[in-house]
Amino acid sequence: MAAVILEAQGLSRAFGGLRAVDNVDLTLQEGEVHALIGPNGAGKTTLVSLLSGRLTPDAGHIRFDGQDITRLPAHARVARGIAYTFQITSIYAGLSVFDNLALAVQRSRPRDLTAAVQAAALRVGLEGELQAEAGALSYGHQRLLEIGMGLALAPRLLILDEPTQGLANGEINDFLTLVRGLKGTTVLLIEHNMDVVMALADRITVLHFGQVLASGSPAAIRADAAVQAAYLGGADAAD
Amino acid sequence: MKALVPHLAVLVALAAMGFLLPPYHHGMMARVLVMAVFAIGYNIAFGYTGLLSLGHALHFCAGMMACGIAMREGVAAGPALMLGLAAGGVTALATGLLALRTAGVSFMIVTLMFAQAFHLALLYYGGFTGGDEGFPLPGAARRLFGLDLTQAGPRYAVALVLFGLVLLAQWGLVSSRFGRSLIAMRENEERSRMLGYNPFTTKLAALVISGLCAGIAGAAYGVLFGYVGASFGTTQYSILPMLYVLLGGAGTTLGPLLGAGLMAWLIDAASGLTDSPLAVIGVTLIGLVVFAPRGILGTLRQRGQKWLP
Repeated sequence: MAAVILEAQGLSRAFGGLRAVDNVDLTLQEGEVHALIGPNGAGKTTLVSLLSGRLTPDAGHIRFDGQDITRLPAHARVARGIAYTFQITSIYAGLSVFDNLALAVQRSRPRDLTAAVQAAALRVGLEGELQAEAGALSYGHQRLLEIGMGLALAPRLLILDEPTQGLANGEINDFLTLVRGLKGTTVLLIEHNMDVVMALADRITVLHFGQVLASGSPAAIRADAAVQAAYLGGADAAD
Repeated sequence: MKALVPHLAVLVALAAMGFLLPPYHHGMMARVLVMAVFAIGYNIAFGYTGLLSLGHALHFCAGMMACGIAMREGVAAGPALMLGLAAGGVTALATGLLALRTAGVSFMIVTLMFAQAFHLALLYYGGFTGGDEGFPLPGAARRLFGLDLTQAGPRYAVALVLFGLVLLAQWGLVSSRFGRSLIAMRENEERSRMLGYNPFTTKLAALVISGLCAGIAGAAYGVLFGYVGASFGTTQYSILPMLYVLLGGAGTTLGPLLGAGLMAWLIDAASGLTDSPLAVIGVTLIGLVVFAPRGILGTLRQRGQKWLP
């Protein structure tokens, strides 16, 4: 049985009167790919923002690798090995692809930065674009760069917020290969594309109105009547 | 290392000018070099890190005052210059700790406010600081490594050496990994945070380095030209380095020198034509904003001169 790498207990966060994340428990096993799914507005991005430190919770605790990180600022969590890739592509549009990747790669202080950056580019298939300005890349390539920057941090937990949004089919297949090839990295994946979820996830957690509706293996989730109801839009069926 | 060539070429050209220029322009160029050091400091904060400060006169004048008062009390020029350097860094650290709790327009206003408060304090304690009138530095004390800085030649040489050191230090900084993280703050702070960079400490470090440059520039200005006064702490001296950087090209290593040199030349040329040379400067700046918003070197680089450092 793999060790628990991240454990969230009773996480809550409200915006005004809206309880975006409401008393959520989440446990991630080391090395697993854990998918987080749910309808739009279910609180998925808010939840991972709490985990990555972009937002602070109103209540609850987060433990990473056995230590309480609930009050740790985002940059310090990254230093401990939690990487986050943005849902809305957030790269350094005015800098070269090399500089974008180097900013992630140099966090681990490699001796040969150029070689390390080339290796990071190769993982996401951008080795031919290193001198290009990142903002001039196609949307799909910008998504890959975003993922490449997250990977280049060599994180222990990689949070991918809708990584395949806007990717072409061929690029999605490359992405699947990329995630399958990750050894020892735990992945928390927010994804709307159910083919991707079913292809990658070891476990799935379903969020609905800020609460955990179900959690379990892909097969169990697929069979869950409440999940079906939620995704079909019948909110009352989930009660 | 390719970028070393243009830097060295500029320094060689400046050294040659030291022998060729007539006396009047000689003194003007020495002033330009010192102000370019100030502008390089501003460039590190604004051009590279994206921190638009309106209060850099504080660090410039603090360096000048620390150095000048120390010399008045009998300290030799060398150690006094080091005091000026430290004063620039310490004031940048102190104001940065507070000002960096804000960003954008608030940051501009907070830095402006600090500089105004410092200037008013200099006037209030006029008995000690010389107040509005300032005080001259005795010629006998203005000696460095045996050079008499009241003479044009040694003065130019010292200004050039200081500029050369700061220019190369700036180049080393911005082409380093740390420099890349400064640029990253300017380009996308939130992304930088999620790559593990602490925005507060990164920007604070940039401000302190910037303040060190401003401090040594202020101190050198006092030592080289023999006068120290609170008038160097006015808002005008916060705006000048910004104009130099905008004119020459923010975020380019040679932009601060080009901006400082061009502005000095423009003011000089305009004074011969009209009684209101600053109006000419105003028109120039409007033209700049309209046609070359990235400054001269920044626009050239954008138009394909990618080798420009």
